[in-house]
Amino acid sequence: MAKNLDVIAKIKESELTGRGGAGFPTGIKWEMVKSQKASKKYIICNSSEGEPAVFKDLYLWDNHVEEVVEGIKIALETIDHSTAYIYLNHVYYEKFKSKLEKLCKDLPVVIFEKKWGYLGGEETAACEVIEGRRPIVRKKPPFPGEKGLWGLPTLINNVETFYHVAKIMKGEYKNTKFFCVSGAVKKEGVWEFPAEISVKDVLEKTGNLPSFEFFVQVGGGATGEILLSSELDQPIRGASSIIVFDKVKTDPYELMQKWAQFFLEENCDKCVPCREGVYRISEMVKERKLDLEFLDDLFFTLDNASFCSMGRSVVIPFRSLINKIL
Amino acid sequence: MENKNKIILNIDGKDIDASEGETVLDVAKRSGIFIPTLCYHSDLKNKASCRMCLVSIEGKKGLFTSCSTKVENGMKILTDSPDILRARRTNLELIFAQHREECKDCVISHDCRLLELAKKFKVGISRLPDRKAGYPVYQFGPSLIFDSGKCIDCGNCTEICRKQGICFLEKRQKDTFYQVKPSLDEKKDCIYCGQCIIHCPVGAFEAVGEFENVEDPLKDKTKKVIFQFAPAIRTSIGEEFGMEPGENMLGQMTAAIRKLGAYKVFDTSVAADVTTIEEARELLERIKNKGTLPMFTSCCPAWVKYLEFYRSDYLPNLTTVRSPHIILGGLIKSYFAEKEGLDVKDIVVVSVMPCVSKKYEITREELLVDGVRPVDYVLTTRELARLFINHKIDLKKIEPEEMDDPLGLATGAGVIYGASGGVMESALRTAYKEITGKELENIEFESVRGMEGTKKAEVEIDGQKVRVAVVNGIANAQKILSELRDNPHLYDYVEVMACPGGCIGGGGQPLPTDREIRKKRAAGLYSIDKEKKVRLAHQSPIVNGLYEEFLSDKENVHKICHTKYFKKKREVEIKD
Repeated sequence: MAKNLDVIAKIKESELTGRGGAGFPTGIKWEMVKSQKASKKYIICNSSEGEPAVFKDLYLWDNHVEEVVEGIKIALETIDHSTAYIYLNHVYYEKFKSKLEKLCKDLPVVIFEKKWGYLGGEETAACEVIEGRRPIVRKKPPFPGEKGLWGLPTLINNVETFYHVAKIMKGEYKNTKFFCVSGAVKKEGVWEFPAEISVKDVLEKTGNLPSFEFFVQVGGGATGEILLSSELDQPIRGASSIIVFDKVKTDPYELMQKWAQFFLEENCDKCVPCREGVYRISEMVKERKLDLEFLDDLFFTLDNASFCSMGRSVVIPFRSLINKIL
Repeated sequence: MENKNKIILNIDGKDIDASEGETVLDVAKRSGIFIPTLCYHSDLKNKASCRMCLVSIEGKKGLFTSCSTKVENGMKILTDSPDILRARRTNLELIFAQHREECKDCVISHDCRLLELAKKFKVGISRLPDRKAGYPVYQFGPSLIFDSGKCIDCGNCTEICRKQGICFLEKRQKDTFYQVKPSLDEKKDCIYCGQCIIHCPVGAFEAVGEFENVEDPLKDKTKKVIFQFAPAIRTSIGEEFGMEPGENMLGQMTAAIRKLGAYKVFDTSVAADVTTIEEARELLERIKNKGTLPMFTSCCPAWVKYLEFYRSDYLPNLTTVRSPHIILGGLIKSYFAEKEGLDVKDIVVVSVMPCVSKKYEITREELLVDGVRPVDYVLTTRELARLFINHKIDLKKIEPEEMDDPLGLATGAGVIYGASGGVMESALRTAYKEITGKELENIEFESVRGMEGTKKAEVEIDGQKVRVAVVNGIANAQKILSELRDNPHLYDYVEVMACPGGCIGGGGQPLPTDREIRKKRAAGLYSIDKEKKVRLAHQSPIVNGLYEEFLSDKENVHKICHTKYFKKKREVEIKD
């Protein structure tokens, strides 16, 4: 028991935050699940990874699978009456299933294949999928920590978060994060850097700072924000990815069409702003004719009146691209 | 009653008492504060998908749907602000832009919430091209039409279909959208309950319209058009003309139907008394001769269809007695035709029903009487109202008239058929007399009344215990069937109505229909019963007369009053 509290205290002390993108303090999350009274609890290792340009889970499974499994094991020991799901997108499931089965063979762990897209990565949608339905975001509260899988307390963390938990317990955690760099760069890949590193430093240190006119999308290949080359002295929020675009060679409408298609395919079609708003944005982008006043109303409504954070995240790339590039 | 914590919140500057667990919308509604809603329905879970009921909460970023926001002590709510208005208007425009407007031909256009809101929020409804232009129109048997181009994806229909235990309507992905579609699974079929109509906020579901078909026979001088209407219509049709739910419009409706050019106006409740007597006799015979028990009622064609398709192992439990309007149609085309010297070919029987599955029921071959259909057309309550409106008849202003002899004088027992528990209560009143030879002193069986989905009672008749269950909603019936699987002798008699609250909540009833409205319509029926001089089916002079002359012949009873059931394969065909 004392050991369990010790784990949570150590995580809290490390100030580790969730590496799935939302950045919620991990220690508080673990404590919430731990403090619930229930005869059964669940742990989900979320490796849904469904956004373009984000591929750090893949890197971790390839290079640090033992540490990730160690992190899950620590969670299983810390959270009473718990069993775990490793929740993998289709590609990762095919690729890592047998490796993970071997590593987890003595642990109460189910290797679960997620047959759905991006939205299936949202915490409550992941619960829906594991329960056998299509990914639809649940109303919050209650949070999964109180009522998650089958209504029971559920700890959901990203692959990378479990990796860092293992590091914390070994005394090796140094507040780092994994960053994905792609696009018009010399060398695509994943690098580990201090969590608060700036966009510019990542590009420089990886030898990827372009010499041509460029802009970047930071924080996911769909939901990320567009930054100009003059705006790179800031840390990376959301999904830790950077895509570099050649300013001259990139057709902004084509780029927006790609995003629109992603959101059209991946949203759950439940609420009006996201289902219909995204459709209208996609139509305008296709026609290459933007009604800016109407767009502003759509952005406002998506931002303030969507059911879940996906609707809100639609606004970020479009608004920043339209304001800065068009 | 649970003692819930009292809290105070502030809406638009006004302090309001509330209880923990209430939503902001609940509190606003009962305090007379207007918040627009579309997908909200008190029968269903709050899905918060239409995003019209937005409010703001002081100290919190963004806007919140009041239907899904629980009240908190000290909460400060605004229901109107430039931001709220902006988001609502944008959402409304987006909803209109997916929905294919067809207002001229839409049955709910005179009562359309979308149009009302468009007017209120000054939203242009046709700036954007309709996303769903060209979406398919589906027909479910002879009962229902689903125009998926009008659907606004709120999910109310799929939820109520699931709540009914049917799951025929589902959301399936096509292109990049999840769309409401009928199931392609051969093991699923629509039972035509029509609850999708009741819960659709935009008229995407409607009954297969027949009201225009009755115009021709009404004009044709050689035809005798005879109307009958179900018990549950009289306390609901007034709503279509701005009256309160529960108001008895029997006299006005009779006068209005006559004005349409009907030859006679009869009351289906009269035949309900025949159903009661036949059903009470069958029940007693089954009990006496150890026949299949429990006996199930069969007045509800959606329930019959459910058993025929999903649970044909229970067909022997269904009473063989026909539903009241089929019996009355049969009587009109035999007994009454002979009495009046009419040629059956010239008679057109129109039933006005709170129901869309009755449109399906009249197509059943085994119900033919001497080769003709007992009933030619079924109109819903809504369709009759539409017919009146087309003929510029205002039910509110018309002088009430008496119904026609001889099939227009109903008993109280016949009238309460329209509420869940009514068939059971009527049959129990008559069964008591059949067993004991005595009349009941207190004829009101309170335990089978009310809006609950399942009611159970044990009724003692002359030392003999009759165990009854009354259910409304197919999911509740499914529970009774699974109880019977474990204990086949748990009940003697089970009444099932597919719709919430029974026929007063039927798929053919006026919109809106919700729990409160159903309660008022049912209360209206019970107060008609209370005021009736004759409240027992077996005391009806008309029915007794029928049994003395026409129904004294066993063959006539068989031909007019009884039927058979068949195991069914899926009937709804979908091209998708």
